[in-house]
Amino acid sequence: MSAVDEGTGSGLRTAGSHDRSPNRTPSPTGTSGTDLLSRRLVQVVLGAILPLCLLGAWQILSGTGAFSFVQLPPPAAVATAGADLIARGELWTHIGISVQRVLLGFIAGGALGIVLGSAVGLSRFAHAVSAPLIGAFRAVPSLAWVPLLLLWIGIGEDSKVTLIAIGAFFPVYTTVASSLRHVDVQLVEAARTFGYSGLRLLLTVQLPAVVPSVFSGLRLALAQAWLFLVAAELLASSMGLGYLLTDSQNNGRTDRLLLAIILLAVLGKVTDALLGLVETRALKRWTA
Amino acid sequence: MRTSTPPAASTVEFSSYSQAFGHRTVLTDVDLTVPAGELLVILGPSGCGKSTLLRSAAGLGAPTSGNVLLDGEAVTGGDERTAFAFQEPRLLPWRTLEKNTEIGLPRGTAKDAARTEVARLLNLVGLTGRGGLRPREVSGGMAQRVSLARALARRPGVLLLDEPFGALDALTRLQMQDLLLTIHQEQPTTVLLVTHDVDEAVHIADRIVVLGPASGTADAPATVVRDIRLDEPRPRDRGSAGLAHVRADLLSALGIDTGARGSRTRAEGPAHVS
Repeated sequence: MSAVDEGTGSGLRTAGSHDRSPNRTPSPTGTSGTDLLSRRLVQVVLGAILPLCLLGAWQILSGTGAFSFVQLPPPAAVATAGADLIARGELWTHIGISVQRVLLGFIAGGALGIVLGSAVGLSRFAHAVSAPLIGAFRAVPSLAWVPLLLLWIGIGEDSKVTLIAIGAFFPVYTTVASSLRHVDVQLVEAARTFGYSGLRLLLTVQLPAVVPSVFSGLRLALAQAWLFLVAAELLASSMGLGYLLTDSQNNGRTDRLLLAIILLAVLGKVTDALLGLVETRALKRWTA
Repeated sequence: MRTSTPPAASTVEFSSYSQAFGHRTVLTDVDLTVPAGELLVILGPSGCGKSTLLRSAAGLGAPTSGNVLLDGEAVTGGDERTAFAFQEPRLLPWRTLEKNTEIGLPRGTAKDAARTEVARLLNLVGLTGRGGLRPREVSGGMAQRVSLARALARRPGVLLLDEPFGALDALTRLQMQDLLLTIHQEQPTTVLLVTHDVDEAVHIADRIVVLGPASGTADAPATVVRDIRLDEPRPRDRGSAGLAHVRADLLSALGIDTGARGSRTRAEGPAHVS
């Protein structure tokens, strides 16, 4: 997962700079700046190697004649397909509606996950009453919901956003509920002696204490939201990247199909990186 | 300068107090009245129920039988008239020292008043200008000062201290004991302090009670086995011969043979056993 990539990446960076620090104590301050810059550049270059190799292999394979155009169109054809969709004004619609669905579903599911996760994590009664049922719902594969959602909510936006919200809910619910059960009891007891209880205790002590796990839950939820988006759009839609996938498959437009896959990869990575930025700031604020 | 009138110190009264956990009775027949403003030290071996008694005074866990009264009224959970400080500072690691102190303020304190009060308290515990730091950036002694400031922010009638200096290094502990005396002079609330450090008790207490087994056997429930008033004026000399006499008596009450009683008790200091 991308979260893991970034984690190890920054870990390596810090480890490296620690190793060097004793040697460069007397050196002028300027070097550390350029050193960091070049290191970051090195990282970008290293990270670009595999995608470029892949692109090269794709170009070569599509040119050898081993695959037909329908099986594997060359990269340039995919770019042309993208330009064509932009010219017709369709591409931004597809991207826009998909991003909108993901964000709405992610926000709804994430918020519900925090609320129910808090209740189940804090109250043994709530846990006893609702944990088994929620666990059983969690075991239902995502696609199994689709017919029911269509039947109950209809083919419109609501059913798609609901499906995505279901996908986003569980990772947040699980991490919040389990991490709240492990908040330092001494801190909670101290706050109680100062008259904190209920919502005030949750907002002052318990939720801030679990900010790191809430964010790992949120990042998983965002990945799930994109996964469920495609599930929702594959089945009943006339717009969106998932629709672009099925529509291209039906029309034999492998170029557009590859375009949709690349867009999903890029959008997933970009939204995750943005959430990662929020996470970094939140961790700075809420951890020691 | 105070931002509001000083809090009235409360009287604490334990009457026929017993506490059991499951089948095990920890404390039994505790009758103890602590007059308003007194600095009472509760001494006892580990596991004898010192902390349990203190927690009952804060309304954390009702007694199995008997009563705990503050100014004649029963305590409630998280009672507003009490404030607690623990052996560990228990500060919220993501909050600055200022923001941690604010936790103790009575609910609904106005922002301006809160700022002034927090500044006054941090000044009182010797942390002027350090309020912006986070707990991990300060020493254990400083964190424990913040814990004290947070407790005082509540303007408690009773300050409950559960081995507050037990985890500190020896020198810091001595400084904190003197700080507590300064604070008590400045803001004379009733203080109940639990410790197992006899020297600490003798240095700071107005009165010392020792908890020990109610009957002969070691695992019998504990009760008050000694109640000693110290009249020695402050500041006390830590090496005072008069206090040595009390110290020896306390150690024997705790079941420790000092072997030096004969030579020490000749001192005729102002401390006396009542």
